[in-house]
Amino acid sequence: MFLINCPYCGERDQSEFSCGGEAHIVRPKQPTELSDDQWAEYLFMRKNIKGVQFERWNHAHGCRKWFNMVRDTSNDKIHAVYKMGEKPPVE
Amino acid sequence: MTKYRVNKTKHVDQTKTVSFDFDGKSYHGFEGDTLASALLSNGVHLVGRSFKYHRPRGIMSSGSEEPNAICQINEDTDLTEPNVRATEIELYEGLQASSQNCWPSVNFDIGGINNFISPFIPAGFYYKTFMWPKSFWKKIYEPLIRWSAGLGKSPTKPDPELYDHKHVHCDVLIIGGGISGIIASKIAAKNNLKTILIEDKNILGGSTIFQKNENYKINDKYSGEWIDEEIAELKKLDNLTIKTRTSLAAYHSYNYLLAKENISDHLPLDKRNGGIRQRLWKIRADKVIVATGAIERPLVFNNNDRPGIMLSNSVKKYLDFYGVSCGFKNVIFTNNDSAYETAVSLKEKGISVEMIDIRKKSNSKIVKNAEQLGVKIYWNSTVVNTFGLRKIYSIEIMNLSEDGSNVVGNKIRINCDCLAISGGWTPMVHMHTQSGGKLDFREIDQTFIPNEIDKNHINVGSCNGDFELEEIINITNKKVKNFLKVSETEFDNTSVLNSKELDKRNIWLLPNYISEGKCKSFIDFQNDSTAKDIKLALREGFKSIEHVKRYTTTGMATDQGKLSNMHALGIIADTAGVKMGTLGTTTFRPPFTPLTFGSIVGRSVGNFFDIIRKTSIHEWHIQNKAKFENVGQWKRPWYYPINNEGLHEAVQRESKAARDSAGILDASTLGKIDIQGTDASEFLNRIYTNAWSKLGIGKCRYGLMLNEDGMVYDDGVTTRLGENHYLMTTTTGGAANVLSKLEDYLQTEWPELDVYLTSVTDHYSTASICGPNSKKILKKIFPDKDFSDDAFPHMSYQNGKIDEINCRIMRISFTGELSYEINIESKYGKSLWEKCIEAGKEFKITPYGTETMHLLRAEKGFIIVGQDTDGTMTPIDLQMDWIVSKKKYDFIGKRSLYRSDTIREDRKQLVGLLTDDPNEILEEGAQIVSDMSKKPIEMIGHVTSSYFSPNLNKSIALAVVKSGKTMNGQKLIVPMENKNINVTVSDSVFLDKENKRINA
Ligand SMILES: [Zn+2]
Repeated sequence: MFLINCPYCGERDQSEFSCGGEAHIVRPKQPTELSDDQWAEYLFMRKNIKGVQFERWNHAHGCRKWFNMVRDTSNDKIHAVYKMGEKPPVE
Repeated sequence: MTKYRVNKTKHVDQTKTVSFDFDGKSYHGFEGDTLASALLSNGVHLVGRSFKYHRPRGIMSSGSEEPNAICQINEDTDLTEPNVRATEIELYEGLQASSQNCWPSVNFDIGGINNFISPFIPAGFYYKTFMWPKSFWKKIYEPLIRWSAGLGKSPTKPDPELYDHKHVHCDVLIIGGGISGIIASKIAAKNNLKTILIEDKNILGGSTIFQKNENYKINDKYSGEWIDEEIAELKKLDNLTIKTRTSLAAYHSYNYLLAKENISDHLPLDKRNGGIRQRLWKIRADKVIVATGAIERPLVFNNNDRPGIMLSNSVKKYLDFYGVSCGFKNVIFTNNDSAYETAVSLKEKGISVEMIDIRKKSNSKIVKNAEQLGVKIYWNSTVVNTFGLRKIYSIEIMNLSEDGSNVVGNKIRINCDCLAISGGWTPMVHMHTQSGGKLDFREIDQTFIPNEIDKNHINVGSCNGDFELEEIINITNKKVKNFLKVSETEFDNTSVLNSKELDKRNIWLLPNYISEGKCKSFIDFQNDSTAKDIKLALREGFKSIEHVKRYTTTGMATDQGKLSNMHALGIIADTAGVKMGTLGTTTFRPPFTPLTFGSIVGRSVGNFFDIIRKTSIHEWHIQNKAKFENVGQWKRPWYYPINNEGLHEAVQRESKAARDSAGILDASTLGKIDIQGTDASEFLNRIYTNAWSKLGIGKCRYGLMLNEDGMVYDDGVTTRLGENHYLMTTTTGGAANVLSKLEDYLQTEWPELDVYLTSVTDHYSTASICGPNSKKILKKIFPDKDFSDDAFPHMSYQNGKIDEINCRIMRISFTGELSYEINIESKYGKSLWEKCIEAGKEFKITPYGTETMHLLRAEKGFIIVGQDTDGTMTPIDLQMDWIVSKKKYDFIGKRSLYRSDTIREDRKQLVGLLTDDPNEILEEGAQIVSDMSKKPIEMIGHVTSSYFSPNLNKSIALAVVKSGKTMNGQKLIVPMENKNINVTVSDSVFLDKENKRINA
């Protein structure tokens, strides 16, 4: 059960949050101009790696803000949290 | 006093007799006893039968590692509990316990036959033998296994007791109240840290509390006396909370821990008074100090499982803590010094004891002490056999060869009534590994010890592999100081007198003159697996410890292999010729000891199981005898039976009334989202499939929302209240998810849009009135309003007032009838509803529930998202092409509508179905086929909605069928268990295709 540092509220229990999967996948601005393969890449393909991963999280039972998180999936260490639109920290 | 109660101790009050029943027989013990110590004081060792071979088994230990003494307590009461360890139950007046794994009685049972046929029950026996013939499984094998396994009975009545959950935060949590836990707690609490100490026993002090040996002294006091004083001081500290009878169940990441506190389990049943039985503590600690101690290892030799064979330190605890001697002619079999403490203790009380040591010598002080007291020691020897069916009466020993791989010389027979065994100590690293910590293997004494890299917890004392008293005190002190950043403590200059262990020898599987195949050398006592089973698994090709474990079931019983894992690993390593440290360990998973269901669910039972949402009109529905159905968390009226009507009759009547005159529905549960901002129209354009920019103020529009994969996600009517203001409705069940999804897009994809979303579902109550007379009823409620089609057309909205209360009137329809919805602030919902009922009286207005609503919309061919769709239907599949804008450049899911898969012609598509027999009603979910002759029969679709329509006087159904669009008029078959129903594909709109009724 993580302790997550919401960039808006501070440290809160994991039960207040929901995970929205891999971060930094931008919705294509012109979907109609993409091939099936390119669209499928955006729609379906997610990394789900063992190790350091960039994720989207939502403080669902709190401020309801979405933010990004850098988490090592192998040991659940949270390396950073940052607001939507902010640059990810360089590893 | 019984003859086995040889010693008076301060922990058992021998003036307070407690009577209890075991296996139907009455016994006496004393206050302070456990069930196990009380049984032993009565000379009862035999407490159960083993799992597979049904061999007689006795009490083996004094704690949570107990594999044999597993009981069902208070059978035939609501409070009965299976799988309780006799070593952990505090004795109370009237306790009824019975041994679990035996039938018809512990002394005689049929399952014992397995013992004689055991050569035929090797590892993996169940997997191999019971596989065929298949038909035997359900009727013969499974009942046989279940019957003979005897895993206890669950209670048959609801649990009458209360369980609590409590959330706490602290600076330091200390797990374990033994000597190292006490030192750590004192340092933490004295340095202004908010500290919690939890201990699973009812008193602190661990195994130090009953130490009184010249060789172990702290500051010139017996270690037992020293710790007594420490505990007394500890109890005076303000910022320390001590929780006894509290066991740690789980250690999760970020120092989040669960602990179960037993509050009333130790009280007689009539003294519990319906109070709280157990409390689950949910602890978030800044720092955690694990001080869970170590468990004594058994030794693995032939017939090492007879009643009367016990762990050495437990024999000592029964003697020095409970005052009970487990035997009068004791033999101790050991590979280490700690067992000599037991010998000295017995000898000092004048009880006979002899030692068998696999080591060639030991020159430590404690061994010398035993020798001086006249204890006979057989060096370099091993037990090769034991005798006694229901209780051990003698053993055979032999000398070990130089390298320990074999036995030499003659057998010597020694009579005994208790055999204490000690194979060294295993640090309890469960908590460390549960938290994600790794382990290192220490060759010298063959132990896994914590490898600490996590900065938020440390391990101290014997769970850290520090077994000597001197190490425990000094290393604990040093580690805690570093961890808590404390510069000095009262323990800095403690003087410790200690007998140091100098000689070590370990043999995982002791050699024997009897061939290996004929030896019964148990490793896992609870699951009955032997060294032979492990070797067989290896011969059969299993290599990974996790596989061997599952194949032989070693370590998979309720004790999670606390006693067996190390020996299993050791024997695998020896047999495979690899280093034990390279094998890795099995994973320790929570809970450390089993949790009750009660403690897991806490107060979330009965009415508190889940949130119940009621509309403001709920009371009226109850007064009018509505039957309710759950929609999400909402209670919605399902139908309103009159007299003795069933569902069908009521729904037929309600449906007819709604089309013939007027019906009224509580639609308050529909999700409502208030949308404001200068980009609100653009936002709707992007999330719905149709266009929104040109919707006039005061107009309503139906919208369909897709997922990015093109599948229908939700639908509803949205009303434009102002230039930059909309009110969206969603399905009842989808409200929360739709809001989340919209927020997600706004915050992460389109932050540039000026749009604000607010959930207003609970703010407004909604009465929906439909039917040809609905306009007349509305006119009565709002006499000043012009309801003509020109002034108030379909799909438009107007503000209104009832008794000066503002409300919104929408002319929209989910039934195909002329229909109005009135939204009003929730607190006026019930008054509004009653006003509608009053105004509608002359038209016989009929309240209807969700079932009638579903029927009415099905007549009209309107879909219900989640019933006629299942996350695999596009709007095209639903034959709703008309709602998908061709002009819009983009909306959520648009691109997916022309992926190669979504444009397939043979996708399942929504159609109507009419049964050839108009009275035959199809079952929702029934499969549809076109050709019964070709096997296997291809299923081409299924029924999604089905009703008998009273307005059409025939059965109607909606279904999804492969290539359904092209099948209008085609005959299909719905095969049921007893018959095949013939159906014809039809249009999905069954009633009023011309939309005349909406403008009636
Ligand atoms: Zn927040």
